[in-house]
Amino acid sequence: MAIQVLIPTPLQKFTNDEASVSLEAASIDGLLVALEGRYPGIQARLCDENGKLRRFLNLYVNSEDIRFLDNQATLLSDGDEVSIVPAVAGG
Amino acid sequence: MTGTDLTATLSRSTFTGLRCKECGHPYEAGARHVCEDVCFGPLEVVYDYDAIRSRVSRATIEAGPTSIWRYREFLPVEGDPIDVGTGFTPLLKADRLARRLGLSSLYIKNDGVNMPTLSFKDRVVSVALTRARELGFTTVSCASTGNLANSTAAIAAHAGLECCVFIPSDLELGKVLGTLVYNPTLMAVKGNYDQVNRLCSEVANTYGWGFVNINLRPYYSEGSKTLGYEVIEQLGWRLPDHIVAPLASGSLFTKIRKGFDEFIKVGLVEEKPVRFSGAQAEGCSPIAQAFAAGRDFITPVKPNTIAKSIAIGNPADGPYAIDIANRTGGTIAAVTDEEIIDGIKLLAEMEGVFTETAGGTTIAVLKKLVEQGKIDPSETTVAYITGNGLKTTEAIASCIGAPYTIEPQLASFNAAWEQSQASHGSKAAPA
Repeated sequence: MAIQVLIPTPLQKFTNDEASVSLEAASIDGLLVALEGRYPGIQARLCDENGKLRRFLNLYVNSEDIRFLDNQATLLSDGDEVSIVPAVAGG
Repeated sequence: MTGTDLTATLSRSTFTGLRCKECGHPYEAGARHVCEDVCFGPLEVVYDYDAIRSRVSRATIEAGPTSIWRYREFLPVEGDPIDVGTGFTPLLKADRLARRLGLSSLYIKNDGVNMPTLSFKDRVVSVALTRARELGFTTVSCASTGNLANSTAAIAAHAGLECCVFIPSDLELGKVLGTLVYNPTLMAVKGNYDQVNRLCSEVANTYGWGFVNINLRPYYSEGSKTLGYEVIEQLGWRLPDHIVAPLASGSLFTKIRKGFDEFIKVGLVEEKPVRFSGAQAEGCSPIAQAFAAGRDFITPVKPNTIAKSIAIGNPADGPYAIDIANRTGGTIAAVTDEEIIDGIKLLAEMEGVFTETAGGTTIAVLKKLVEQGKIDPSETTVAYITGNGLKTTEAIASCIGAPYTIEPQLASFNAAWEQSQASHGSKAAPA
């Protein structure tokens, strides 16, 4: 299952400056493993030592925050787009 | 700008670089906002407080301009700031509202009359665009719930910067017009603020613009500290006992605290405890919900409230706001949209201040906390009013009655006057 992943600028040093990469994965957890497999070191940026996504990072599957889905257990389907977005301030 | 250039120019200023608020990892003072080398935490500005202490006194501040730039030693800029008269807004002693609520000493910090666009956002944008210019950006941008869009477009116009701003497409008309008039490129995104923010993060990745609340965020957010400094100075160089402020991303709340802490640190004000209480609308209250549940993490929500300017479902600084409320003995509460409208009307009728929905939220929470005994009547309390009611007239249009329409004849006036005196409470004609 091909998943398109949008990589934020701060992580593009791992992806040879690619802003978007295509990977095979069946869930967010699987995607994190696949990312690490292709880009060693990237998982440690995304997750803490317990494998939990860092709290200042937001992940979206087709524009939906995974915290409204099944968090890291969220299942992915062929063609899904996952974006990784660091939290920003607002108003 | 190269690293050497940065070091050379920074030697004239009081800030030395950036640092991760979570893990402390240092970064150069460029356009970046997250700890990309370690933990993705937010970056914040690092200052040389010894240098600040040696340059600043109450007298030097009082001799400065009547704008936020009287505190420029505490702000992360190097050269001449963009000064459009932002800041030093009135601190109003609100005696009538205090009596109504049962408080002895209440002040309203009225940023609804801030310059140039009538909200506290002018503070953060003045700092962000000054820094954007220093970092060489020619186009500036933001993701906004309305007030930030107004401010970014206006101050960019003054500074001659290109501007492209993003808002949710369902914003109040006043906020849309109040952006368009400055002739930026305005993108109305079919989605809520959190979706706008996500889009902007992706645009920021590719367009190389200065986004005030994304890659310029460490500088931008520092502008809110001036709301802390001004209250201290306007209270006669002393701290209040309790503050109530609206919570959207949580950034303003944390920066008021930082402003207080910095003035204590450099000896401009005597230290004493200040309780920090935060206000949210029930229809978007992820921070209040986490506070009530005793959690230190935020579960995002999808906003549904008239208080659009504070409708951020995924508040980046929420955990820090909860920490401050807990540490200071404050609280974080939410109020309904009806209570928000009542809050707007109460402030207008008692003090002659017309605020927008965020200010209505603050006043409604202030009232609630007094009623619940969470604000002691003897505490000197400051309520932060962050925006102007003329921008969100839709919110109250159906709740404030209508004028009496009369003939230009005394008899017609007499009849209408009698009718107005017979009604209890509201003096307006029925809507």
